[in-house]
Amino acid sequence: MFNDLPLWPARASTGAGNVDALYVFLVLLASFMSLAIFIMVALFAIRYRRQRNQQAEQIEGSTALEITWSVIPLGIFMVIFAWGAVIYFQERTPPQGATEIYVVAKQWMWKIEHPEGQREINELHVPVGRDIKLIMTSQDVIHSFYIPAFRIKQDVLPGRYTTEWFRATKPGVYHLFCAEYCGTQHSGMIGQIVVMEPAQYQAWLAGGTTFGSLAANGQSIFQQLGCPTCHRMDTQGRGPNLTGVFGKPIQLEDGRIVVADENYVRESILSPSAKVVSGFKPIMPVFQGLVSEEQLNALVAYIKSLSPEPSGAAGTPSLRPPGTQTQEQKE
Amino acid sequence: MATAAAITAEREHYLNKEYGIRSWLLTTDHKRIALLYLMSITFFFFVGGFFALLIRLELLTPAGDLVQADTYNKLFTMHGMVMVFFFLIPSIPAVLGNFLVPMMIGAKDLAFPRINLLSWYLYIIAGIMMLHCIVTGGADTGWTFYTPFSTAFANTKVIEAGLSIFVAGFSSILTGLNFVVTIHRMRAPGMTWSRLPLFIWAHYATSIIQLLGTPVLAITLVLVVFERLFGLGIFDPTRGGDPLLFQHLFWFYSHPAVYIMILPSMGVVAEIVPCFSRKRIFGYKAVALSSIAIAVFGFLVWAHHMFVAGISLYSAMIFSILSYLVAVPSAIKVFNWTATMYKGSISFSTPMLYAFGFIGLFTMGGLTGLFLAALGIDVHVTDTYFVVAHFHYIMVGGAVMGYLGGMHFWWPKISGRMYPEAWGRLAALIVFLGFNLTFFPQFILGYLGMPRRYWQYPAEFQVLNVMSTAGSTILAVGYVLPMVYFLWSMRYGKIADENPWGAAGLEWKTASPPPTFNFEEIPEVTWEAYNYDEIPEPVEVSLER
Amino acid sequence: MSDSPVVVEQHGPELRHHFVTAEQQREASSLGMWLFLATEIMFFGGMFCAYLVYRLNYFNEFAAGSRSLSLKWGTINTIVLICSSLTVALGVRAAQMGKRKLLVILLLLTIVFGFAFLGIKGIEWYDKYKEHHIPGASFNADDLVHDYPQIHIDQAHEQIYFSLYFAMTGLHALHMIIGVGIFVFLTYYSWKGLYTPEYHTPIEIGGLYWHFVDIIWIYLYPLLYLIDRKPLG
Repeated sequence: MFNDLPLWPARASTGAGNVDALYVFLVLLASFMSLAIFIMVALFAIRYRRQRNQQAEQIEGSTALEITWSVIPLGIFMVIFAWGAVIYFQERTPPQGATEIYVVAKQWMWKIEHPEGQREINELHVPVGRDIKLIMTSQDVIHSFYIPAFRIKQDVLPGRYTTEWFRATKPGVYHLFCAEYCGTQHSGMIGQIVVMEPAQYQAWLAGGTTFGSLAANGQSIFQQLGCPTCHRMDTQGRGPNLTGVFGKPIQLEDGRIVVADENYVRESILSPSAKVVSGFKPIMPVFQGLVSEEQLNALVAYIKSLSPEPSGAAGTPSLRPPGTQTQEQKE
Repeated sequence: MATAAAITAEREHYLNKEYGIRSWLLTTDHKRIALLYLMSITFFFFVGGFFALLIRLELLTPAGDLVQADTYNKLFTMHGMVMVFFFLIPSIPAVLGNFLVPMMIGAKDLAFPRINLLSWYLYIIAGIMMLHCIVTGGADTGWTFYTPFSTAFANTKVIEAGLSIFVAGFSSILTGLNFVVTIHRMRAPGMTWSRLPLFIWAHYATSIIQLLGTPVLAITLVLVVFERLFGLGIFDPTRGGDPLLFQHLFWFYSHPAVYIMILPSMGVVAEIVPCFSRKRIFGYKAVALSSIAIAVFGFLVWAHHMFVAGISLYSAMIFSILSYLVAVPSAIKVFNWTATMYKGSISFSTPMLYAFGFIGLFTMGGLTGLFLAALGIDVHVTDTYFVVAHFHYIMVGGAVMGYLGGMHFWWPKISGRMYPEAWGRLAALIVFLGFNLTFFPQFILGYLGMPRRYWQYPAEFQVLNVMSTAGSTILAVGYVLPMVYFLWSMRYGKIADENPWGAAGLEWKTASPPPTFNFEEIPEVTWEAYNYDEIPEPVEVSLER
Repeated sequence: MSDSPVVVEQHGPELRHHFVTAEQQREASSLGMWLFLATEIMFFGGMFCAYLVYRLNYFNEFAAGSRSLSLKWGTINTIVLICSSLTVALGVRAAQMGKRKLLVILLLLTIVFGFAFLGIKGIEWYDKYKEHHIPGASFNADDLVHDYPQIHIDQAHEQIYFSLYFAMTGLHALHMIIGVGIFVFLTYYSWKGLYTPEYHTPIEIGGLYWHFVDIIWIYLYPLLYLIDRKPLG
């Protein structure tokens, strides 16, 4: 492709090819339909122009034609819908065991934190061939995390988590754009996705400054804030035991059943009375305003680590609850 | 030989019945009000167009070097607000609709002439507020006002912009109300629903949308203004609110709004194509019902603007499938217009050239809508220049060309003069070429990944941006030309007779320009619409020169 | 040009010249008012939609806020408005029968009821002001937190309830004020004898508007005042 005049974006993820396939189909379809109309109009205009055809023939219509050219386009549209829906479903269903990377957006930068603790600003290093799931939130206004080379985009909202996932296929450096207008430096809120061979990625991981892994940070924040006082590791606590809770359905006081996902954990910290677990009282203090987004991410990662890994996972370090040791535990 | 002035001075019509500024500012004649609107929306078209030119100039280079980032953000915001609310939404209904709806149905005026004048004054008040907003700094939220940026972070004139659009909304609502009542209650004897020109059906559908959709935008803007003024938290997550609620309420109006902007120009095309094919429209019922179907379905698809906003997977699927449904009636119309030309007797007047342009560009723009409705594609291209290209193909390639085609078609009726045909065709060609050069590269830019609302961009996008800017200068020339020659024609244009095009429709059965009460006496209709088998070809006007 | 003579219908001065018959004018006015009321439904509808979303999500705060409103005043106001709709309906009937004096009395009564409603609304708002329930910088729902220890009240969510309360009742009150203004004009013109059994369209469409404003209140009352009034404990 020409450097000065690219006509097609780089294709660097497993999903990109699917999106391109539908796009090419649509381009062909649209070109065909446009040309068909243009040619018909031109043909009629020329063949039936005033000099050649003085007398017009009054034709009222044709129900058969109306039905035909309603039903056939509708059929084609339904095919396009289904195709697009399948791609979207895949895009919005992250695979099990994906490496989770936290993203905090703020005017006007992207703050990224790897589970191992690496932090990046406006850059995201990932290895080829690994499923990556981004868990994202904003500190202020709505942003959008857009990687054209992977054909994915997801708005990043204040007050909740949104996610997107990808598996990169080609090493290289690709654009990262903010795609939801967010103020003065919206067009400056850009960066790079750096896709590396696995070996190089390990080297990069090892070489970076360590803040400690996300989950380990979360554990220390958990203790600093006094959470173990109520959330004990047995059933005697005033708050539920959090071991094994993440990802499971939870029964609430009012009878509802919700799944303990990232948004649930986050909400329980910031607004605990919204969803009280059945059998417990609404006495948990409110931490809104007392924890930053990064601290929330770390807490979420810690609580996740208290649940057993899904089988066949790759890449996510696990952390045992305090007081237990396993052979795999890293320092 | 009597002079042009002498001929028109002999007969009284709506333009010379009374002179003086009071007779214009206090008129209740729908035709004069239409001209008041013509002047106002033309003014705002050039204001919005000026902002567009500055945007395109900035985008000639990847760096932000013409204006500052904040200024650029205000430019695209004000371009959008002015073009949508002060040009596109009123354009055809307030100018051509106001002028023609009563005449086409054989009425002396709209149902509520004083409310019609009130509509114009509301528009002017809103316009003054918007101009004041612009000169005192403008807003920088985008015309879409997304929260919490607009309610808690922007420090620009958001409240003034919001209130201005609120007032303009009521102008739009009252126009819609007037049209619906007029079409229901004031048709001439014999003018049954199935004899109505398709221009009327299109305006009826448009008016329904204006009536039912605009109030939702009004209350949403009120809530945004309250939130800014009083620190409420309805759309602000830090205060218990939900930014997605804003988006749902906003798009509930703003999606049907795009049908307000396109349906009238479809109505114009449905009048022009039969006239210059000398035959009735193919599939009258299908086209009429398609207008209604577009209005109804148009209310059901708003969240296709929110596929990556954080809505659930399942609601996204529902809105995607509904969006495909709304595309069907538009396709039906395109096929019917094309079929109308079959075995017709085609001539290539300026209005017909604009109609050709409309059919081509609306088809392309509409087809790219299929791309956006496809969930998997939308994730990649939403919020990029692909969307910008899509809606400009429809709004500019479609709606504005329909508007210009209609202005040329009915200019003899409105002014009593013919515009210069050669210049008309030249301008149509310039507009068509300039338009495509401006906006086609933007489809490519969008798929490449260039986001919209970007003041600066990576260097690899420059060539396509330069092409786009070049096209916009050509387009600008194409828009200035008609203004010049329409004004010229008012003094020097050939005098038009009652029906220079040999067109069907009641408006062509009265003088050009019409008398104040439209008809010497109200006709009784005994013929079907588009009765081109009965109407002789125009004798004098030669279109082949 | 047709040869038949132009027929001039006998009509009063109120027939505007772009209408062919008085009946056409009447029907146009009526349809116009119904369409306008449809737009008003959509206008209020946006706020009802916001109300729906937040009530589902913040039920406790909405219930507590609802209980803090005065059931007494709200119910009295509802009765006041229903009575005013009665006087309006009777007024339309009086106009149809040409009873000028009765019409004027009924219109005046309607205005009195309207002022009564607005006055009571003012009292309620003042109470809210004293209780620090007006959204904004001085909002404070500690009293509700104290009154309802069995539920947890998030003050941000509580403020949303009151934001919607004031927005909805405020918009409604604005429509009432406009309605009272319209009725002042109608009363004056009725007193001057402008309305007859043949022509009293302004009374009819003014009445339609008033009924609509009343119906909005009929919805607001249970949605705002009656969220969760069952006995506690």
